[in-house]
Amino acid sequence: MALIFDALLSGLLTGGIYALMASGLTLIFGVLGIVNVAQGILVILGAYLSYALYQYLHIDIFLGLLITMPAMFVLGLGIEWAFIRRLKQDQSRIMLSVLVMFAVALIIEGTLNLIFTPDLVTLHATYIDASWPIGGFYLPYVYVFAFILSVVLLTGLYFLVYRTQFGYSLRASMQNRTAAELIGIDVRRVSAITFAIGVALTAAGGMAYGATNLFNAASSYDLISRLLVIIVLGGLGSLSGALFASLGMLVISDLTTALWGSQWASTVFFVLLVVLLVFRPQGLFGQLEGRKQ
Amino acid sequence: MSVLLEAQNVSKAYGGIQALDTCSVTVERGSITGLIGPNGSGKTTLFNVITGYESVDAGDIRFEGAAITNQPPDKVFQLGIGRTFQLTRIFPRLTVMENMHVAVQRKGTRSLLSRWSSSHEQRQALELLDFVGISELKDMPAGNLSYGQKKLLEFAFVLIAEPQVILLDEPAGGINPTMINYLADRIRMLNQRGVTFLVVEHNMEFVMGLCQKVMVMHRGTRIAEGTAAEVRANPVVLEAYLGD
Amino acid sequence: MKRIRVFGLLVLLLLAFVFPLLISDPGYDSIAIYTLLYAAAVTGWNLFSGYSGYISLGYASFTGIGAYTLALICEHWQIPGGYIPFLLLPVAGLVAGIFAIPMGWVALRTRRVTFVVVTIAMMFVLQALAFNLSGFTSGSSGVIFPLTIWSGDFYNIPYYYVSLVLLLVAFIVSWWIRNSKYGLGLLAIRDDEDRALGLGVRTWVFKLSAFVISAFLGGMAGAMFAYYGGSIFPATAFDPVVNLSVALMGFLGGVGTLIGPIVGAFLLEPFQQYLTIQYGSLSLNLIILGSLLLLIILVLPGGIVPALHRIWLKRVAMRGAISPVSSHDMEQEEVVLLESGGGEKE
Repeated sequence: MALIFDALLSGLLTGGIYALMASGLTLIFGVLGIVNVAQGILVILGAYLSYALYQYLHIDIFLGLLITMPAMFVLGLGIEWAFIRRLKQDQSRIMLSVLVMFAVALIIEGTLNLIFTPDLVTLHATYIDASWPIGGFYLPYVYVFAFILSVVLLTGLYFLVYRTQFGYSLRASMQNRTAAELIGIDVRRVSAITFAIGVALTAAGGMAYGATNLFNAASSYDLISRLLVIIVLGGLGSLSGALFASLGMLVISDLTTALWGSQWASTVFFVLLVVLLVFRPQGLFGQLEGRKQ
Repeated sequence: MSVLLEAQNVSKAYGGIQALDTCSVTVERGSITGLIGPNGSGKTTLFNVITGYESVDAGDIRFEGAAITNQPPDKVFQLGIGRTFQLTRIFPRLTVMENMHVAVQRKGTRSLLSRWSSSHEQRQALELLDFVGISELKDMPAGNLSYGQKKLLEFAFVLIAEPQVILLDEPAGGINPTMINYLADRIRMLNQRGVTFLVVEHNMEFVMGLCQKVMVMHRGTRIAEGTAAEVRANPVVLEAYLGD
Repeated sequence: MKRIRVFGLLVLLLLAFVFPLLISDPGYDSIAIYTLLYAAAVTGWNLFSGYSGYISLGYASFTGIGAYTLALICEHWQIPGGYIPFLLLPVAGLVAGIFAIPMGWVALRTRRVTFVVVTIAMMFVLQALAFNLSGFTSGSSGVIFPLTIWSGDFYNIPYYYVSLVLLLVAFIVSWWIRNSKYGLGLLAIRDDEDRALGLGVRTWVFKLSAFVISAFLGGMAGAMFAYYGGSIFPATAFDPVVNLSVALMGFLGGVGTLIGPIVGAFLLEPFQQYLTIQYGSLSLNLIILGSLLLLIILVLPGGIVPALHRIWLKRVAMRGAISPVSSHDMEQEEVVLLESGGGEKE
């Protein structure tokens, strides 16, 4: 029983971290209409950046976010300007975006491998390596801190999207790009900033992920697979969907590990996706593709 | 004249909006019937429901007396009901000729595996392209056509399966007067050969000049019908257009 | 254009037939075999994803199923090495095709974007099943193929010719479909699925059947990959990199074209092999590949074959071989019509 409780708790906590990463991904899809398959490797990049800042400059990983998040925000702007903006708004856009982002991911993966080698590492901070005894097992502080970080950032994101002028422009661009342009919203600027926000969030997500896992560049494959499943489950473009799907999937995944062993942990993601799609092709919060006319 | 196509007390709602509200409409065989009404009256929804793109909440659609309610679009087409769209839909990456051959004419698996265009079909397609006046463009990717040419193409490739009735959704929209007259002529010629038409239009001159009977829709139901002149003078109709 | 194309293909075919007889270096033969197999696989992938527009990034599902089918049959029925496993290739394809039915049934109900993700997910499920159903698949220990009876210089030859035959089969199927009413239906689905439905095209049947045929070809190619390699493991049979390579080659050559897949494979696979041999390290490999990919996508988003086609058309047009509408052939009315129609640009 304690095992189940443990799984529930760790699932919720890590779910919060995944929600952070998935939110950026789903927003990017909603506004730009592209699937950012490089999200996984960007998370790892964020993790490595935090790692490097700590290893070589002895900057605390949480404080380091003040550097890594803006840095990756700028990186996001750069990627959007250099590559995504060039894609025409036509039928092949989604597929080309997948290929472009995949190419970018390959380059980043290769570079990270070159610089950091494929050795598995993890992030440390002395005050979080300790654990908290709860109900019969030990809960590492790091999970709680990472979760709190996620909550703070997600709340900030929610505020940004639903309570600011920018958020209004963002939601308008998501719903109807052309109409948004017609009422004076600079959709290109909104797109660029949204993408950059999505990438900046991976810096935080990366730090949280890196602090709670051993990782190397190859970890990105499993990560992006899970994230894609999460946003499809939650409904592409839906923030609440990303949140619920992240929490739900991670809880189920951890429960599966507790009951049947870790080898099925990722599988259950995919199986659930398939099952859900049989009954609800649009995901939890998504919309069925409407008739064009 | 016998009734070829009819909708009986059809209702359809989207979320909170009642797009069709016990709507009843009849189209006589061999006629050119008009369907007009202010924006949002449910005309396109009615088309979608008849052609199987949307399902009904209540009511029946009958074709030649038999119920075809909620049949999928491919079945409806094969029964003999063709349709064009308000925003012309053609296959942009296929050539004009290839566009003509998409419509299913031959049934059966053997025909599927055979070449996409037999010489008989080629001739038929060319004839139709000629009829609408775009036969020299036959090898051009359809996406490169002008809007008017696309409209003509859509018209032609619906015709190739020799449907009994064609639903035209705003055929005169977005094209110049010369083209409109040209189109009206084609419709009349086909009508003389026995094709029935149901035409949704906002262009009153077009409707008046072409349709023997006109039906008016408002807020999801039919509010009036008669000849074009009768309908034009009907105060209920005027109220509907002006009142909204 | 057509005559040149046919002639060119025949020359290529001839070269392909005599290739191993001319080049005796087994290293080159090996690269050639992998190239041919990838060309076959991508042709199979393109048959569904290219023609219908539903891009799958999970093709490794089917190559993996084919690989395991052949390996397990050889193991359980004690099939000796040599020529017999070649005869079992269609069985591998068939099993992959059978798996494709329920997989397609679920996957094809979704939007195109979701479809991509579902195909990826399905591949990972299969990978996990291969790992975990170890009673059946020997899990992570993998399955070893029967030892071959050929050695030395002759070793690659049977593999080479069977691969070539496989490519030819895939190509012929792809060619036949493309020129048939079935293929036209698929292409129409790609452009506007709902519109095609409204013209009587039974889109569901078309999509599912193309998915299954594509899987059949993939199963055979995958079985060959594995047989040539000598062994399979869950991670190599269901490899996400294969998913991506196949799609990449398809896009490079030109998705939806007939010879695009072959061009893409012929260009990319030898290049990948070269990078691995030259640089060994995975990292530099990835950077170069990624950069090259970016360059190509941004410069030639449609792929190589359509770009070449466009260049060809331009040259022909410039030579005056194609002239615009000749007015004296037409009725006066139609001249007016076309001129006014031409003014109504979208």
